[in-house]
Amino acid sequence: MSTAPRAGKAVIEITGVTKSFGDRRVLDGIDLTLKEHEAIALIGASGSGKSTLLRCIDLLVEIDDGDIFLDGEVITDPSVNPVAIRRRLGFVFQSFNLFPHMSVIDNVTLGSRRAHGVGRDEARERGRELLERFGLGGREDDKPDQLSGGQQQRVALCRALSGQPRALLLDEVTSALDPELVGDVLDAVRDLKQDGMTMLLATHEMSFAREVADEIAFLHEGRIIEQGDPQKILSEPEKPETQKFLRRLLAAGRI
Amino acid sequence: MLEGFWLDVKLFMIVEVLVLIFGLVIAIVRTSKVPALFPIRLLAALYCDFFRGVPVILMIYLIGFGIPALEISGLPTDPVILAGFALTLVYSSYVAEVYRAGIASIHPSQTDAGLATGLTRIQTLRYVVVPQAIRRVRPPLLNDFISLQKDVALVSVLGIAEAFRIAQIETLSTFNYTPLLAAALLYLAVTVPMARILDHITSREQINS
Repeated sequence: MSTAPRAGKAVIEITGVTKSFGDRRVLDGIDLTLKEHEAIALIGASGSGKSTLLRCIDLLVEIDDGDIFLDGEVITDPSVNPVAIRRRLGFVFQSFNLFPHMSVIDNVTLGSRRAHGVGRDEARERGRELLERFGLGGREDDKPDQLSGGQQQRVALCRALSGQPRALLLDEVTSALDPELVGDVLDAVRDLKQDGMTMLLATHEMSFAREVADEIAFLHEGRIIEQGDPQKILSEPEKPETQKFLRRLLAAGRI
Repeated sequence: MLEGFWLDVKLFMIVEVLVLIFGLVIAIVRTSKVPALFPIRLLAALYCDFFRGVPVILMIYLIGFGIPALEISGLPTDPVILAGFALTLVYSSYVAEVYRAGIASIHPSQTDAGLATGLTRIQTLRYVVVPQAIRRVRPPLLNDFISLQKDVALVSVLGIAEAFRIAQIETLSTFNYTPLLAAALLYLAVTVPMARILDHITSREQINS
Protein backbone atom coordinates (compact mmCIF):
# COMPACT_ATOMS: atom_id res chain seq x y z
CA MET A 1 0.00 0.00 0.00
CA SER A 2 3.05 2.23 -0.14
CA THR A 3 1.94 4.00 -3.33
CA ALA A 4 -1.48 4.94 -1.97
CA PRO A 5 -1.88 8.55 -0.83
CA ARG A 6 -1.23 9.12 2.87
CA ALA A 7 -4.07 9.73 5.30
CA GLY A 8 -4.94 13.42 5.65
CA LYS A 9 -7.54 15.46 7.48
CA ALA A 10 -10.70 14.01 9.00
CA VAL A 11 -13.51 13.27 6.54
CA ILE A 12 -15.95 11.53 8.85
CA GLU A 13 -15.96 12.10 12.59
CA ILE A 14 -18.29 10.25 14.91
CA THR A 15 -18.64 11.30 18.54
CA GLY A 16 -20.73 9.58 21.20
CA VAL A 17 -23.26 8.13 18.79
CA THR A 18 -26.01 5.99 20.29
CA LYS A 19 -28.93 4.24 18.66
CA SER A 20 -31.58 1.94 20.05
CA PHE A 21 -34.21 -0.09 18.26
CA GLY A 22 -36.92 -0.41 20.90
CA ASP A 23 -35.21 -1.68 24.04
CA ARG A 24 -32.18 -2.93 22.20
CA ARG A 25 -29.19 -0.60 22.24
CA VAL A 26 -27.45 -1.21 18.92
CA LEU A 27 -24.89 1.60 19.14
CA ASP A 28 -23.67 2.50 22.58
CA GLY A 29 -21.41 5.53 22.37
CA ILE A 30 -19.35 5.22 19.19
CA ASP A 31 -16.32 7.46 18.63
CA LEU A 32 -14.47 7.09 15.35
CA THR A 33 -12.51 9.29 12.97
CA LEU A 34 -11.97 8.42 9.33
CA LYS A 35 -9.30 10.50 7.63
CA GLU A 36 -8.88 11.32 3.97
CA HIS A 37 -7.48 8.39 1.90
CA GLU A 38 -7.85 6.13 4.91
CA ALA A 39 -9.68 2.80 5.03
CA ILE A 40 -11.05 1.55 8.31
CA ALA A 41 -12.49 -1.95 8.58
CA LEU A 42 -15.28 -2.52 11.07
CA ILE A 43 -15.26 -6.08 12.33
CA GLY A 44 -17.42 -7.84 14.87
CA ALA A 45 -20.11 -10.46 15.22
CA SER A 46 -23.45 -10.16 13.47
CA GLY A 47 -25.59 -7.72 15.40
CA SER A 48 -22.60 -5.86 16.85
CA GLY A 49 -23.77 -2.66 15.14
CA LYS A 50 -21.50 -2.44 12.08
CA SER A 51 -24.30 -2.07 9.53
CA THR A 52 -26.31 0.27 11.71
CA LEU A 53 -23.29 2.54 12.14
CA LEU A 54 -22.80 2.76 8.37
CA ARG A 55 -26.51 3.41 7.85
CA CYS A 56 -26.43 6.16 10.47
CA ILE A 57 -23.57 7.88 8.66
CA ASP A 58 -25.52 7.85 5.38
CA LEU A 59 -28.53 9.21 7.32
CA LEU A 60 -30.64 6.19 6.40
CA VAL A 61 -31.16 5.66 10.13
CA GLU A 62 -31.61 8.51 12.58
CA ILE A 63 -29.27 8.45 15.57
CA ASP A 64 -30.55 8.96 19.13
CA ASP A 65 -27.62 10.88 20.52
CA GLY A 66 -24.13 12.12 19.64
CA ASP A 67 -22.87 13.80 16.47
CA ILE A 68 -21.56 12.82 13.08
CA PHE A 69 -19.45 15.25 11.05
CA LEU A 70 -18.62 15.23 7.36
CA ASP A 71 -15.65 17.43 6.49
CA GLY A 72 -16.02 19.21 9.79
CA GLU A 73 -19.70 20.00 9.34
CA VAL A 74 -22.29 18.36 11.57
CA ILE A 75 -24.69 16.25 9.51
CA THR A 76 -26.91 14.77 12.21
CA ASP A 77 -28.60 18.04 13.11
CA PRO A 78 -32.31 18.14 12.20
CA SER A 79 -31.74 21.32 10.18
CA VAL A 80 -29.40 19.52 7.77
CA ASN A 81 -30.92 18.29 4.52
CA PRO A 82 -30.07 14.57 4.43
CA VAL A 83 -30.32 14.45 0.63
CA ALA A 84 -27.42 16.89 0.22
CA ILE A 85 -25.29 14.80 2.61
CA ARG A 86 -26.07 11.48 0.91
CA ARG A 87 -25.01 13.00 -2.41
CA ARG A 88 -21.52 13.41 -0.95
CA LEU A 89 -21.28 9.81 0.20
CA GLY A 90 -21.38 6.47 -1.58
CA PHE A 91 -23.02 3.41 -0.08
CA VAL A 92 -22.75 -0.21 -1.17
CA PHE A 93 -25.22 -2.69 0.32
CA GLN A 94 -24.66 -6.28 1.34
CA SER A 95 -27.36 -7.54 -1.06
CA PHE A 96 -26.51 -5.07 -3.87
CA ASN A 97 -30.03 -3.53 -4.01
CA LEU A 98 -29.69 -2.73 -7.69
CA PHE A 99 -32.80 -1.36 -9.40
CA PRO A 100 -34.09 -4.51 -11.13
CA HIS A 101 -36.25 -2.67 -13.67
CA MET A 102 -33.34 -0.66 -15.06
CA SER A 103 -30.43 -1.59 -17.27
CA VAL A 104 -26.93 -1.67 -15.82
CA ILE A 105 -26.03 1.71 -17.28
CA ASP A 106 -29.24 3.30 -15.98
CA ASN A 107 -28.49 1.94 -12.52
CA VAL A 108 -25.10 3.63 -12.65
CA THR A 109 -26.28 6.93 -14.15
CA LEU A 110 -29.54 7.47 -12.24
CA GLY A 111 -27.77 9.27 -9.41
CA SER A 112 -25.55 11.46 -11.54
CA ARG A 113 -28.45 12.45 -13.79
CA ARG A 114 -31.20 12.99 -11.21
CA ALA A 115 -29.24 13.87 -8.08
CA HIS A 116 -26.22 15.64 -9.54
CA GLY A 117 -27.82 17.16 -12.64
CA VAL A 118 -25.30 15.72 -15.09
CA GLY A 119 -26.52 15.60 -18.70
CA ARG A 120 -27.55 12.28 -20.21
CA ASP A 121 -24.60 11.85 -22.56
CA GLU A 122 -21.98 12.89 -20.06
CA ALA A 123 -23.51 10.66 -17.37
CA ARG A 124 -23.51 7.68 -19.75
CA GLU A 125 -19.95 8.36 -20.82
CA ARG A 126 -18.78 8.45 -17.20
CA GLY A 127 -20.90 5.43 -16.36
CA ARG A 128 -19.35 3.46 -19.20
CA GLU A 129 -15.86 4.40 -18.03
CA LEU A 130 -16.66 3.19 -14.51
CA LEU A 131 -18.13 -0.09 -15.77
CA GLU A 132 -15.13 -0.59 -18.03
CA ARG A 133 -12.78 0.00 -15.13
CA PHE A 134 -14.44 -2.70 -13.05
CA GLY A 135 -14.55 -5.28 -15.82
CA LEU A 136 -18.13 -4.73 -16.89
CA GLY A 137 -17.56 -3.25 -20.33
CA GLY A 138 -20.23 -4.39 -22.79
CA ARG A 139 -22.79 -5.19 -20.07
CA GLU A 140 -24.38 -1.70 -20.14
CA ASP A 141 -27.71 -2.82 -21.56
CA ASP A 142 -28.13 -5.98 -19.49
CA LYS A 143 -30.63 -6.12 -16.67
CA PRO A 144 -29.19 -6.82 -13.20
CA ASP A 145 -30.70 -10.32 -13.10
CA GLN A 146 -28.65 -11.28 -16.13
CA LEU A 147 -25.45 -10.77 -14.13
CA SER A 148 -23.70 -12.91 -11.53
CA GLY A 149 -23.70 -11.75 -7.91
CA GLY A 150 -20.12 -10.54 -8.18
CA GLN A 151 -20.93 -8.55 -11.29
CA GLN A 152 -24.03 -7.08 -9.66
CA GLN A 153 -22.02 -5.97 -6.68
CA ARG A 154 -19.49 -4.31 -8.96
CA VAL A 155 -22.36 -2.48 -10.70
CA ALA A 156 -23.50 -1.35 -7.25
CA LEU A 157 -19.96 -0.13 -6.59
CA CYS A 158 -20.03 1.84 -9.87
CA ARG A 159 -23.40 3.29 -8.87
CA ALA A 160 -21.96 4.42 -5.54
CA LEU A 161 -18.93 5.94 -7.28
CA SER A 162 -20.92 7.73 -9.98
CA GLY A 163 -21.60 10.69 -7.67
CA GLN A 164 -17.84 11.08 -7.03
CA PRO A 165 -18.30 10.57 -3.30
CA ARG A 166 -16.09 12.01 -0.61
CA ALA A 167 -16.09 8.64 1.15
CA LEU A 168 -17.40 5.17 0.45
CA LEU A 169 -19.40 3.16 2.98
CA LEU A 170 -19.25 -0.57 2.26
CA ASP A 171 -21.64 -2.80 4.15
CA GLU A 172 -20.35 -6.38 4.05
CA VAL A 173 -20.16 -6.21 0.30
CA THR A 174 -19.06 -9.81 -0.14
CA SER A 175 -21.30 -11.55 2.41
CA ALA A 176 -24.07 -12.35 -0.07
CA LEU A 177 -21.69 -13.73 -2.71
CA ASP A 178 -20.70 -17.27 -3.58
CA PRO A 179 -17.11 -17.84 -2.43
CA GLU A 180 -15.72 -17.99 -5.96
CA LEU A 181 -17.16 -14.54 -6.74
CA VAL A 182 -15.77 -12.76 -3.69
CA GLY A 183 -12.36 -12.20 -5.28
CA ASP A 184 -13.60 -9.91 -8.07
CA VAL A 185 -15.33 -7.58 -5.65
CA LEU A 186 -12.38 -7.49 -3.27
CA ASP A 187 -10.09 -6.69 -6.22
CA ALA A 188 -12.33 -3.74 -7.04
CA VAL A 189 -12.17 -2.44 -3.46
CA ARG A 190 -8.40 -2.95 -3.37
CA ASP A 191 -8.16 -0.95 -6.58
CA LEU A 192 -10.14 1.90 -5.02
CA LYS A 193 -7.96 1.92 -1.94
CA GLN A 194 -4.91 2.12 -4.16
CA ASP A 195 -6.54 5.11 -5.78
CA GLY A 196 -6.85 6.87 -2.44
CA MET A 197 -10.57 6.46 -1.85
CA THR A 198 -11.63 7.12 1.73
CA MET A 199 -13.51 4.07 2.97
CA LEU A 200 -15.32 2.68 5.94
CA LEU A 201 -16.06 -0.98 5.45
CA ALA A 202 -17.90 -3.50 7.54
CA THR A 203 -16.50 -6.90 6.72
CA HIS A 204 -16.20 -10.55 7.70
CA GLU A 205 -13.14 -11.05 5.50
CA MET A 206 -10.32 -10.79 8.00
CA SER A 207 -7.46 -11.39 5.57
CA PHE A 208 -8.90 -8.69 3.34
CA ALA A 209 -9.29 -6.29 6.26
CA ARG A 210 -5.68 -6.93 7.19
CA GLU A 211 -4.50 -6.21 3.67
CA VAL A 212 -6.61 -3.21 2.69
CA ALA A 213 -7.46 -1.41 5.91
CA ASP A 214 -5.17 1.07 7.61
CA GLU A 215 -6.97 0.35 10.84
CA ILE A 216 -9.36 -2.21 12.21
CA ALA A 217 -12.10 -1.31 14.69
CA PHE A 218 -13.64 -4.19 16.61
CA LEU A 219 -17.27 -3.66 17.54
CA HIS A 220 -18.86 -5.53 20.40
CA GLU A 221 -22.40 -4.87 21.58
CA GLY A 222 -22.52 -1.44 20.00
CA ARG A 223 -19.14 -0.24 21.24
CA ILE A 224 -15.71 -0.06 19.64
CA ILE A 225 -13.69 -1.89 22.23
CA GLU A 226 -10.44 -2.22 20.35
CA GLN A 227 -9.01 -0.28 17.45
CA GLY A 228 -5.66 0.02 15.74
CA ASP A 229 -3.18 -1.52 13.37
CA PRO A 230 -4.77 -4.52 11.56
CA GLN A 231 -1.73 -6.73 12.02
CA LYS A 232 -1.72 -6.12 15.74
CA ILE A 233 -5.46 -6.49 16.31
CA LEU A 234 -5.67 -9.71 14.35
CA SER A 235 -2.56 -11.40 15.73
CA GLU A 236 -2.30 -10.03 19.29
CA PRO A 237 -5.71 -8.73 20.32
CA GLU A 238 -5.73 -7.25 23.80
CA LYS A 239 -9.37 -7.47 24.82
CA PRO A 240 -10.85 -10.86 25.75
CA GLU A 241 -13.91 -10.16 23.56
CA THR A 242 -11.70 -9.64 20.50
CA GLN A 243 -9.72 -12.77 21.32
CA LYS A 244 -12.91 -14.78 21.63
CA PHE A 245 -14.32 -13.41 18.36
CA LEU A 246 -11.15 -14.19 16.45
CA ARG A 247 -10.86 -17.65 18.02
CA ARG A 248 -14.35 -18.43 16.78
CA LEU A 249 -13.54 -17.26 13.27
CA LEU A 250 -10.36 -19.32 13.34
CA ALA A 251 -12.28 -22.40 14.46
CA ALA A 252 -14.75 -21.85 11.63
CA GLY A 253 -11.86 -21.62 9.17
CA ARG A 254 -12.72 -18.05 8.27
CA ILE A 255 -9.27 -16.57 8.80
CA MET B 1 -76.68 1.82 -31.05
CA LEU B 2 -73.13 2.05 -32.36
CA GLU B 3 -73.20 5.76 -31.62
CA GLY B 4 -74.35 4.98 -28.11
CA PHE B 5 -71.54 2.49 -27.72
CA TRP B 6 -69.04 5.03 -28.99
CA LEU B 7 -70.14 7.22 -26.08
CA ASP B 8 -69.42 4.28 -23.73
CA VAL B 9 -65.96 3.89 -25.21
CA LYS B 10 -65.16 7.59 -24.94
CA LEU B 11 -66.44 7.68 -21.38
CA PHE B 12 -64.37 4.77 -20.14
CA MET B 13 -61.25 5.94 -21.94
CA ILE B 14 -61.41 9.34 -20.27
CA VAL B 15 -62.42 7.95 -16.90
CA GLU B 16 -59.67 5.32 -17.03
CA VAL B 17 -56.97 7.93 -17.57
CA LEU B 18 -58.28 10.04 -14.69
CA VAL B 19 -58.57 6.95 -12.47
CA LEU B 20 -54.98 5.88 -13.16
CA ILE B 21 -53.76 9.33 -12.13
CA PHE B 22 -55.97 9.94 -9.06
CA GLY B 23 -55.59 6.36 -7.88
CA LEU B 24 -51.81 6.70 -7.91
CA VAL B 25 -51.87 10.03 -6.07
CA ILE B 26 -54.11 8.55 -3.37
CA ALA B 27 -51.96 5.43 -3.08
CA ILE B 28 -48.79 7.52 -2.70
CA VAL B 29 -50.42 9.63 0.00
CA ARG B 30 -51.61 6.52 1.82
CA THR B 31 -48.19 4.84 1.74
CA SER B 32 -46.20 7.95 2.69
CA LYS B 33 -44.74 7.98 6.17
CA VAL B 34 -44.22 11.71 6.60
CA PRO B 35 -45.87 12.71 9.90
CA ALA B 36 -47.01 16.07 8.47
CA LEU B 37 -49.14 14.27 5.90
CA PHE B 38 -51.15 12.46 8.58
CA PRO B 39 -54.40 14.45 8.06
CA ILE B 40 -54.28 13.92 4.29
CA ARG B 41 -53.44 10.26 4.87
CA LEU B 42 -56.50 9.89 7.07
CA LEU B 43 -58.64 11.64 4.48
CA ALA B 44 -57.35 9.33 1.74
CA ALA B 45 -58.13 6.29 3.89
CA LEU B 46 -61.67 7.54 4.55
CA TYR B 47 -62.09 8.25 0.85
CA CYS B 48 -61.13 4.68 -0.07
CA ASP B 49 -63.35 3.15 2.60
CA PHE B 50 -66.33 5.24 1.52
CA PHE B 51 -66.18 4.85 -2.25
CA ARG B 52 -65.27 1.18 -2.15
CA GLY B 53 -68.19 0.53 0.15
CA VAL B 54 -70.98 2.21 -1.83
CA PRO B 55 -72.55 0.52 -4.91
CA VAL B 56 -71.45 2.15 -8.16
CA ILE B 57 -75.03 2.57 -9.35
CA LEU B 58 -75.93 4.42 -6.16
CA MET B 59 -73.00 6.82 -6.56
CA ILE B 60 -74.01 7.55 -10.16
CA TYR B 61 -77.57 8.29 -9.00
CA LEU B 62 -76.41 10.39 -6.10
CA ILE B 63 -74.03 12.53 -8.13
CA GLY B 64 -76.01 12.54 -11.37
CA PHE B 65 -79.20 13.75 -9.76
CA GLY B 66 -77.85 15.20 -6.51
CA ILE B 67 -75.43 17.78 -7.85
CA PRO B 68 -77.91 19.42 -10.29
CA ALA B 69 -80.49 19.39 -7.46
CA LEU B 70 -78.18 21.57 -5.37
CA GLU B 71 -78.68 24.30 -7.97
CA ILE B 72 -75.29 25.80 -7.30
CA SER B 73 -74.21 27.84 -10.30
CA GLY B 74 -70.89 26.84 -11.82
CA LEU B 75 -71.28 23.15 -11.11
CA PRO B 76 -71.71 21.00 -14.21
CA THR B 77 -75.19 19.67 -14.96
CA ASP B 78 -74.37 17.61 -18.04
CA PRO B 79 -75.25 14.03 -17.02
CA VAL B 80 -72.36 12.57 -19.01
CA ILE B 81 -69.83 14.68 -17.12
CA LEU B 82 -71.48 13.92 -13.78
CA ALA B 83 -71.58 10.20 -14.58
CA GLY B 84 -67.91 10.30 -15.53
CA PHE B 85 -67.17 12.10 -12.28
CA ALA B 86 -69.02 9.44 -10.25
CA LEU B 87 -67.20 6.60 -12.01
CA THR B 88 -63.87 8.35 -11.51
CA LEU B 89 -64.49 8.76 -7.79
CA VAL B 90 -65.47 5.12 -7.31
CA TYR B 91 -62.85 3.52 -9.52
CA SER B 92 -60.05 5.72 -8.17
CA SER B 93 -60.66 4.14 -4.78
CA TYR B 94 -60.41 0.61 -6.22
CA VAL B 95 -57.32 1.41 -8.23
CA ALA B 96 -55.69 3.25 -5.32
CA GLU B 97 -55.87 0.04 -3.31
CA VAL B 98 -54.29 -1.92 -6.15
CA TYR B 99 -51.44 0.59 -6.43
CA ARG B 100 -51.05 0.61 -2.67
CA ALA B 101 -50.58 -3.16 -2.59
CA GLY B 102 -47.99 -2.79 -5.34
CA ILE B 103 -46.05 -0.07 -3.55
CA ALA B 104 -46.14 -2.04 -0.29
CA SER B 105 -44.71 -5.07 -2.10
CA ILE B 106 -41.51 -3.25 -3.05
CA HIS B 107 -38.85 -4.06 -0.46
CA PRO B 108 -37.71 -1.07 1.66
CA SER B 109 -34.12 -1.79 0.61
CA GLN B 110 -35.04 -0.33 -2.79
CA THR B 111 -35.96 2.95 -1.10
CA ASP B 112 -32.68 2.83 0.82
CA ALA B 113 -30.80 2.32 -2.43
CA GLY B 114 -32.62 5.23 -4.06
CA LEU B 115 -31.87 7.55 -1.16
CA ALA B 116 -28.27 6.37 -0.90
CA THR B 117 -27.89 7.17 -4.61
CA GLY B 118 -28.70 10.77 -3.69
CA LEU B 119 -32.32 10.91 -4.82
CA THR B 120 -34.97 12.78 -2.85
CA ARG B 121 -37.89 10.80 -1.43
CA ILE B 122 -40.12 11.93 -4.29
CA GLN B 123 -37.49 11.03 -6.90
CA THR B 124 -37.08 7.63 -5.24
CA LEU B 125 -40.81 7.05 -5.63
CA ARG B 126 -40.80 8.34 -9.18
CA TYR B 127 -37.81 6.43 -10.55
CA VAL B 128 -37.44 3.43 -8.24
CA VAL B 129 -40.56 2.40 -6.33
CA VAL B 130 -43.55 3.32 -8.50
CA PRO B 131 -42.25 1.88 -11.81
CA GLN B 132 -41.61 -1.46 -10.11
CA ALA B 133 -44.94 -1.33 -8.27
CA ILE B 134 -46.91 -0.67 -11.46
CA ARG B 135 -45.18 -3.53 -13.23
CA ARG B 136 -46.21 -5.82 -10.42
CA VAL B 137 -49.89 -4.79 -10.35
CA ARG B 138 -50.54 -4.63 -14.08
CA PRO B 139 -52.85 -7.70 -14.03
CA PRO B 140 -55.17 -6.40 -11.27
CA LEU B 141 -55.12 -2.93 -12.86
CA LEU B 142 -56.27 -4.36 -16.18
CA ASN B 143 -58.92 -6.33 -14.31
CA ASP B 144 -60.33 -3.10 -12.92
CA PHE B 145 -60.12 -1.62 -16.39
CA ILE B 146 -62.34 -4.42 -17.73
CA SER B 147 -64.82 -3.90 -14.88
CA LEU B 148 -64.96 -0.23 -15.75
CA GLN B 149 -65.63 -0.98 -19.40
CA LYS B 150 -68.77 -2.81 -18.33
CA ASP B 151 -69.78 -0.47 -15.54
CA VAL B 152 -70.06 2.50 -17.91
CA ALA B 153 -73.43 0.92 -18.86
CA LEU B 154 -74.65 1.95 -15.41
CA VAL B 155 -74.67 5.60 -16.48
CA SER B 156 -77.85 4.71 -18.39
CA VAL B 157 -79.70 5.29 -15.11
CA LEU B 158 -79.20 9.01 -15.76
CA GLY B 159 -81.01 8.64 -19.10
CA ILE B 160 -77.79 8.94 -21.10
CA ALA B 161 -78.21 7.41 -24.54
CA GLU B 162 -75.39 4.90 -24.39
CA ALA B 163 -75.50 1.40 -25.90
CA PHE B 164 -77.38 -0.40 -23.13
CA ARG B 165 -79.95 2.37 -22.78
CA ILE B 166 -80.64 2.45 -26.51
CA ALA B 167 -80.96 -1.34 -26.62
CA GLN B 168 -83.33 -1.21 -23.65
CA ILE B 169 -85.55 1.37 -25.30
CA GLU B 170 -85.70 -0.59 -28.53
CA THR B 171 -86.49 -3.80 -26.66
CA LEU B 172 -89.31 -2.14 -24.76
CA SER B 173 -90.89 -0.73 -27.91
CA THR B 174 -90.61 -3.90 -30.02
CA PHE B 175 -90.70 -6.67 -27.39
CA ASN B 176 -87.73 -8.11 -29.25
CA TYR B 177 -84.60 -8.87 -27.21
CA THR B 178 -82.16 -8.83 -30.13
CA PRO B 179 -80.97 -5.25 -29.43
CA LEU B 180 -79.90 -6.27 -25.92
CA LEU B 181 -77.95 -9.18 -27.38
CA ALA B 182 -76.36 -6.82 -29.87
CA ALA B 183 -75.35 -4.52 -27.03
CA ALA B 184 -73.88 -7.48 -25.15
CA LEU B 185 -71.81 -8.36 -28.22
CA LEU B 186 -70.51 -4.81 -28.42
CA TYR B 187 -69.29 -4.95 -24.83
CA LEU B 188 -67.73 -8.36 -25.45
CA ALA B 189 -65.94 -6.99 -28.49
CA VAL B 190 -63.84 -4.78 -26.22
CA THR B 191 -63.67 -6.77 -22.98
CA VAL B 192 -62.61 -10.09 -24.51
CA PRO B 193 -59.53 -8.72 -26.31
CA MET B 194 -58.66 -6.88 -23.10
CA ALA B 195 -58.92 -10.12 -21.13
CA ARG B 196 -56.63 -11.85 -23.65
CA ILE B 197 -54.07 -9.05 -23.30
CA LEU B 198 -54.29 -9.47 -19.55
CA ASP B 199 -53.69 -13.23 -19.81
CA HIS B 200 -50.76 -12.62 -22.07
CA ILE B 201 -49.14 -10.15 -19.69
CA THR B 202 -49.76 -12.35 -16.67
CA SER B 203 -48.24 -15.44 -18.27
CA ARG B 204 -45.24 -13.48 -19.51
CA GLU B 205 -44.71 -12.09 -16.02
CA GLN B 206 -44.82 -15.60 -14.55
CA ILE B 207 -42.17 -16.78 -16.99
CA ASN B 208 -39.94 -13.87 -16.08
CA SER B 209 -40.18 -14.27 -12.34
